[in-house]
Amino acid sequence: MGDAPDSGEDEPDAETDGGVRAYTVRLELVDEPGELLRALAPIADNGGNLLSIHHQRGNITPRGHIPVEVDLECPPDRFDDIVDALRGAGVNVIQAGEEHYGEEVSVVLVGNLVETDLSNTLSRIEDEADAVVQDLSLAAPEGTDGISSARARLAIDSGRSEEALAAIRSIGSDKELTVVEPLLGGEA
Amino acid sequence: MRLAILGAGDVGRSVADLAGEYGHEVVALADSTSAAVDPDGIPVEAALERKAGDEAIGPADPEDVLETEYDVLVEATPTTLDDAEPGFSHVRRALEADRHAVLANKGPVAERYEELRALEADSAGSIRFEATVGGAIPVLSTIEDCTPQSVTAVRGVLNGTANFILTRMAAEGLDYEHVLAEAQDLGVAEADPTFDVDGTDAALKFVILANVLADGGFSLADATVEGIQSIPGSALDLAAEDGRTIRLIGEATRDGVRVGPRLVPENGALAVTGTRNIVQIETRNAGSLHSSGRGAGGPETATAVLSDVGRLPPL
Repeated sequence: MGDAPDSGEDEPDAETDGGVRAYTVRLELVDEPGELLRALAPIADNGGNLLSIHHQRGNITPRGHIPVEVDLECPPDRFDDIVDALRGAGVNVIQAGEEHYGEEVSVVLVGNLVETDLSNTLSRIEDEADAVVQDLSLAAPEGTDGISSARARLAIDSGRSEEALAAIRSIGSDKELTVVEPLLGGEA
Repeated sequence: MRLAILGAGDVGRSVADLAGEYGHEVVALADSTSAAVDPDGIPVEAALERKAGDEAIGPADPEDVLETEYDVLVEATPTTLDDAEPGFSHVRRALEADRHAVLANKGPVAERYEELRALEADSAGSIRFEATVGGAIPVLSTIEDCTPQSVTAVRGVLNGTANFILTRMAAEGLDYEHVLAEAQDLGVAEADPTFDVDGTDAALKFVILANVLADGGFSLADATVEGIQSIPGSALDLAAEDGRTIRLIGEATRDGVRVGPRLVPENGALAVTGTRNIVQIETRNAGSLHSSGRGAGGPETATAVLSDVGRLPPL
């Protein structure tokens, strides 16, 4: 506290206008002490937030290296810097940028699902809500021309659930479908 | 305190019945057509018996109630929307006469909150309305204790009829119409259940909560409300396959009010069963608080009214 000069605390957060996205990076490390730490430093130094690290020492690649899978979050415009920094530090990056979705939510849709073209509904959800439909269950006890229900499990980038659900709501109102959303806030 | 009770439905009658137990005296009790008024205390039991026998409550006119000497007006007439009359005018007359008013009627607090607070500011009396939200559950007093500024959101189930219907649909695999008929037979749903199943009743309560959190600014027209009428049994089945269920959940924050069917974890705190209500109060410094209990019923709601009476300062 007091009048001590701020050590950069007022600098804007790495989280800029575009928000953060999740990425998976696969690295190959030489089996030497300190290699893992050396590989992770460029990520944090460039505004990445480490989510998880899969590191199996017993699993050796054909070249005799140890594969490591790192999940991280960062603003999209920083991701290339992170990969460049890793390569610059001599880390072998074998795959980068494969998108990894941070959140999973389920929604239930109710209405004339078949008549309103369920596959179009799902592709609109993927496009407009920027989600991936991982799994779908349909219940049509009245037959396909009656009221039916569908539960879709969606993968959404972390931090984007509210936006995605708003998009699904508006698709629902276009197609006169009832959208039963999950309750996101609080400890339900 | 001397209580003047307007409204002789389940809540008004129970307040009259229990007032003595809480150390208060009933000086007036009125329904829409007749009243018993006595500045020295009315014979409550006899008045309630006459009401039960479909007779006039007493020889007086309901208009006489506000003319008598009382300390607290208990406004327990049926909830009305928009101008919230005649409840609003009853409370105004009490405050203008420098008396307290305790409301069980949601209308005035949901629809005309700022006007009520302005009248209160000019009066020696004050208003309280714990009974309007969650029946017997201490919701508003909990928020008052936490201070409204430190409460960030209130969520939960505040309509027992809708919750009963969804619980039965999920448990029995029955459809909405079927369970509604059963609920009406059991007396859980009224003959006209519209306000319970279309979300209006729950929305009024969450509007009141938003008004308390934001110190006014909301009425029913500001709430986004969806009911449970379009939820088929198959939707509940699909939810259950995923370890979830559907409940009519309301949310009140300083930014708005939303009520609608939502997916919640089947064994989570908010998935109360039957007619039970629950609120989750999300606080800035103390995490989430949950209170659950009976959200309706004469004696239950009367306890909230009488607790409010006990919290009033002497006039």
